[in-house]
Order: sequence, then C-alpha cells, then structure tokens
Amino acid sequence: MSQTSPPEPDEPLLERLRQTDTRLDHYVDRYAARAHGMTASAIRALFAVANRPEVVSLAGGMPNITDLPLDVVGSVLNDLVLNDGRRAMQYGSGQGEPAIREAICDVMRLENISAHPDDVMVSVGSQQGLDLLTRIFCNPGDVVLCEAPSYVGALGVFRSYQCEVVHVAMDEQGLNPSALADALRALRRAGRTVKFLYTIPNHHNPAGVTQSLDRRLELLQLCERADLLVVEDNPYGLLGFDGEPIPALRSFDEHHVIYLGSFSKTFAPGFRVGWVLAPHAVREKLVLAQEAATLCPPVFSQFAVAAYLANHDWRGQIKVFREMYRERRDAMITGLTSHMPAGTTWTYPEGGFFVWLTLPPGIDSHAMLPRAVTARVAYVPGTAFYADGFGSRHMRLSYCFPTPERIIEGTRRLGEVLEYEASMLEIFGTGVESESGRLALGPREAPGPNQA
Amino acid sequence: MADNEYLQTVIVLSGGLSHERDVSLRSGRRVSQALRSRGIEVVESDVDSTLLARLAGLNGSVVFPLLHGEAGEDGALREVFELLGVPFVGSVGSACRVAFDKSIATTVVRAGGIRTPTQVALPHETFRELGAPVLVDALGDQIGFPMMIKPSRCGSALGCSKVTRPAELPAAMVGAYAYGSVAVIEEFVTGTEVTVAVVDRGNGPIALPAVEIRPESGVYDYAARYTAGATRFLCPAEVSSEVANGCADVALRVHAILGLRDLSRTDLIVTPGGDAVFLEVNVAPGMTETSAVPLAIETAGWSLGKMSADLVRAAAARGGHDRTIQLAAR
Repeated sequence: MSQTSPPEPDEPLLERLRQTDTRLDHYVDRYAARAHGMTASAIRALFAVANRPEVVSLAGGMPNITDLPLDVVGSVLNDLVLNDGRRAMQYGSGQGEPAIREAICDVMRLENISAHPDDVMVSVGSQQGLDLLTRIFCNPGDVVLCEAPSYVGALGVFRSYQCEVVHVAMDEQGLNPSALADALRALRRAGRTVKFLYTIPNHHNPAGVTQSLDRRLELLQLCERADLLVVEDNPYGLLGFDGEPIPALRSFDEHHVIYLGSFSKTFAPGFRVGWVLAPHAVREKLVLAQEAATLCPPVFSQFAVAAYLANHDWRGQIKVFREMYRERRDAMITGLTSHMPAGTTWTYPEGGFFVWLTLPPGIDSHAMLPRAVTARVAYVPGTAFYADGFGSRHMRLSYCFPTPERIIEGTRRLGEVLEYEASMLEIFGTGVESESGRLALGPREAPGPNQA
Repeated sequence: MADNEYLQTVIVLSGGLSHERDVSLRSGRRVSQALRSRGIEVVESDVDSTLLARLAGLNGSVVFPLLHGEAGEDGALREVFELLGVPFVGSVGSACRVAFDKSIATTVVRAGGIRTPTQVALPHETFRELGAPVLVDALGDQIGFPMMIKPSRCGSALGCSKVTRPAELPAAMVGAYAYGSVAVIEEFVTGTEVTVAVVDRGNGPIALPAVEIRPESGVYDYAARYTAGATRFLCPAEVSSEVANGCADVALRVHAILGLRDLSRTDLIVTPGGDAVFLEVNVAPGMTETSAVPLAIETAGWSLGKMSADLVRAAAARGGHDRTIQLAAR
C-alpha cells in the first residue's frame, strides 16, 4: 500500500504547531558505556582545515608512498587477478593465507625474529591485531601500561575496551625500567590487575625515540621477573636511518612478548595488512576472535602483498623510503634549529616519522592549535597521546608527508606562533591553565587516518 | 510551481579555511542534499583559487554560501559576489561585516533598543598596554562574575568560556585570543537559551518558531552542538505565547536593524522575567544534522529542501548582472 505525505504548505504553519522535543538521536539512551565520550571535538575538527594545501600539516601520520613504483604494483596486481583471481577474491582462513604468513616470517627475520608461520595471524593492519588482543585479554577496569606519551590509536583501542591506561615515563632511550618497576609495585599494592605492557621500541610514535639494546634487555628481565606480558608494536622498525635494526624484543623472548607488525609503512597502508605473532595458545584465541570480527582478514590484500613481496625488490624499496624519510627528518631538525624559540626542546629521531617537542613552561599546545591553524601550520597537541589529560606542554610534529621545503616553512610558521604565544603568556602570566583540569579526551583529538 | 522550474544550477559553497571548516562542510552537504531532493541541480564547491573560474563556467547559477566563520560570514566573499554580479542567497557583505563581529553587532542592536548583555570588547594589546592584573580586576568589578568570554569574530562557541572567578579569567582570555585578536567580555545572562530563525522568501521576513536549547552538560559548547544526543531541543520553546512573540519580535528587529537578507538566526536568552536578551546573530546559520534552523523549519511544517529552494528562487529573481562572467572569465 502506498502512502502519500500531505502536501507541503506554501507558507509555514506558525499557528497550532506540534512541539518537537528531540535530542536528534533516537538511540541516545541505549549506547553501551564504551560509546560514552564518543563526542564531537573542536580540536579534531581543526584537522579538516589542516588538509587544505595552504596549511603545512605536520599533524598527520600518513606514510609517503610517492616513491612506490606503481607500474610494478600494477603489473603484480594484473597478474594476480589473471592467474589467481578466483582464490584471491574468495573467503580465506581466519588466520590468514599461508603464503603471506611465510613471507611475514621472512620480514621479521630482518629484526632477528625467528618464527613459524603457524604462530602468525594476519590482521587488518596491526591496529586490528591490537584490538583483538585487547578484546581477548582485557576486562573493563583492567590496567594496560603504556609509555608516556603513547600511540593515540592504541589509547583509542584501550579506551574502547574500558581499560585504564597507566602511563610510564620514558627517557632518551625509551621506556624507563625503574619507572616501570615503580608503576608495577604501586598497581599491585593497590590490588589492580595489570594485563600487559604496550610498547613501541623503535622510532616511537609520538616520542621519536628508540630503545637501546641494553634497555631492551633490562626491560625484558624486569617483565620476566614480574611475569608481565609485553605487547611490542613495531611498525617503524625497518625505517631506521642509521645502521642495522636493533633486534626486536620478541627476538629475545617468545613467551612474554606478543609482536605486532605491519606493511603500512614498508609497503602501503591501503592494503590494511598487519599481523600478530603470538604464543600458540594466544594465537588460537586470536584466530577465533578474528573469525568473529571479520570471518577472515582481506584475502585479496594478502595475496596482493604476498605477490608484491615475491616479485619486487621490497628490501630495496624500503631503502628508498628510508632515504626519503631521512631527508625529511633532516629538514625538520634544520627547521626546528632555525626557528624554535629558546626553551623549546625536541627529540632526534633515528628513524620513523615523528619528532616530539617540549615547549617552554606555560605554553599550552592544545589551546594554541587554533592560532597555529590561522597561521597555516598544524601539529597534534601532546594531550592526544595521554589518557590522563596531561601532555599540553608537548606536541608531535610529523615529517613523513610534506616536502623538505614545506617542512622548513612549517617550522618557520610554528616558530612565529610560539613567539606570539609567549607574548600572550607575558601579558597574562604563566601557568594560566592547569593540566590536571583538562578532561582526558586524548584519543579523540588527533587527525583521522586519511589526514596528512 | 516545481522547485526546479526557472532555476539554474545552485553552487553550494562550503569548507573554506576558517576554524569552522568541518561544520561548514556538514552544512553544505545537508543543504545540497535537500536541494537535490527538490530536483535542483547542485554543484558543491570549496572556496579556493578555482572558484571564480567555476562560477564563470556556470553562467546564471545562484550561489548558496554555507561558509561559517571568517571569509564566509564576515562579508568578504559576498562582496566579491556583489562585485561580480553573481546572485547569492543571504545578506550582503556590508551587513555581514557588522553582524559577524560580536562587538559591533551588539552595539548596533543595543542602539536599536534591544536588550543586550553588558559587554566590553578588548584587543589583546589593551591588556599589554594597561597591564592584565589591573584590567582583570576592573572587568570583575564592572561586569561581575560569572561572565562570558568570546572571540569577537568566531562561531560554534569556539574559544568561548564561562568564567566564574577572577583566577579563571586569564586562561579564558588566552583561549578566546587563540581564535582572533579581539575578545568580548560579557555579563553572563541567566535564563532559557533560545534561537530564532528569520526567513524571507521574497514576501518579507517571518520568524520561525523559537528553538529552546537544553544541553545535557549544561553548556552549549562545540561538543554539545555537534554530537547528536548531547542536547535536547524543544520547538517551539517552552515559553508563554507572549514570550514567544517577544522572541520573534526581537529576531525580526535584529534582522531589520542589521539590514540582513533572506536568512538569519538570532540567539537569545529569555530571562526569568520573560525578557529576550540578544546574544548574537548568524548570517550563515548552521544547517548540520544537529543544527537548530532545520529543526525550526521542519516544526513549521516545511522541509529544508523547500525553504532552500525558495531562498534560491528569491536570489535568482534578484539576479546578478552581465559583468559577472566577463570579470570572472578573464
């Protein structure tokens, strides 16, 4: 039966109106507790401006795939569809396809990891690997230990499973073992359940530092003594600018370390292929969780990445990427050295995408972002990388995407904004805003994955 | 008459480089959809160096600007359209310039006999010249707490804060100055928050029913504005018919005093005594999924598509002139 709505009046009906009473979301009272806090954010909205070409965005973390040989990838994909299309476009195994799992073991060997393809589970980017790990390990209220600061995407996962993140201090060699020991003691004394330590040992996002070999061994000893599970997230390990990669944490300990890997930075993020290397029992649960989540990780992408690895000099390609990122890192450091006001310090990344800036006391990177956007430069306020509202004296600058010239111009603009901000502080006094007063909105206040 | 009769393509402008780019894109998408639902051809466009060429290529089309914040609401772009003779929906540039700046609009509206909060507009240099502590004290004495601090030229409550004690004032000032060089410091007016849209489809301005705004958090900030579910809207507002008429009257007078055209939205506080106090006026009101104006239109028994089409038709009837394309095509 067809229904016709009454014709729309030519004039609005201003007499005898029926009252509208709405919150514009019929389901507002039905969401799970984990959806609370999924709100609009003025800071996040500013990144929409950062995507305009007028703005030098030092905010996003998009890998720069300009140098990828599209003709090679194109011919690999063409052959794949013609020769193996029916398998590549069919459902696959929840654990991931054997060919890619074997190739993943070859990739991990570059960081001294010896693993069997049976212990690898393919995930939709390492992000989904972390999501599934958290799903199988964490109850609401469980504690996850993270570096201070930590990867915003990981904080988002932990938040969505209602975990409590406890940050552990870092120094120039990465996670600080004595701070970790202190945190563990305090949490255990308080009767809290600590499920795992999440760490990014190489070219940390956002801090830009790398754990030394000694530091890794010290941390592993501590974790073994404390029977603490370590989740090692290593997307940037092969993107070091100097020398050979430092062996992965997992290469020293296959029982206490679960390893997350990704092709997003060494090949291309659009395929969404990452992996988890985990002890047998954990891996079995992960596969069941993967089947529940996706049935199987994207089969076509797995075939595509496996074919790329088999038919292209991927190690040579990573070298090309490394040199491109090194040039950009150098531009960033040159720009910062020339343009940052006194009292600003920064880390010196030996790989990866990011520099972590510490601002002079009193300057608040969160409050300053609108002014930076007006000055046509964008960054991510440090608050995004903390689950507890801290971080406003810091910012993350990424050098992965813009050209070296644009990076230097970005630092020049940023320098001007910081000078201006310092003059505002001079007028209104330092410490105008207390960090502890800010709501912990971290994971919602970073750019989306497709923002440069 | 069918909406698409006699109508050329409509160019919906949204985005831009203001802090409200994201909101503007949402408004643009919604109005574009609404116009298309009436059979009207729409081209969605950002504001960039290709815009004038695009306008030249769409001879005779009407521009519907849904740009929020600077360049969209300060009249600059509209002055360009006037110069080029491109017909567009909304107020002319000179009127926008006055309406968009809270410090100027409040003064003009007050001079027109409408109640406004006590307000001071201060560039940050004034604090430097006179010394912040002295000025902060003076503001506390003269305006009193609580007070509202706002950037003079910004929307979506960006950079706005309610200050309840002197110690909070410096941070609030810095927060407002992050969005522009002038801030307004206003007496906080307690009461019912309402907003009234005024539309004119060519037969004179009429006020749509007032929308009452009840943010769950108590503060109608950015999150309360753009998170569905975070704010309860009542339309018409739960006020007496006398107060409702008073609100409509104030919105119509604001529209007239500021020389606005086609569409405006006036934000008011209704005091416990029933007086409507002017807070600000918007020449490019939000049209997002969580905005008040579309809600008022629907409560009035209309659709956003019909109202938008009517506004476009009125703009087309006003027309542009031939200089348009010659200039733009050069």
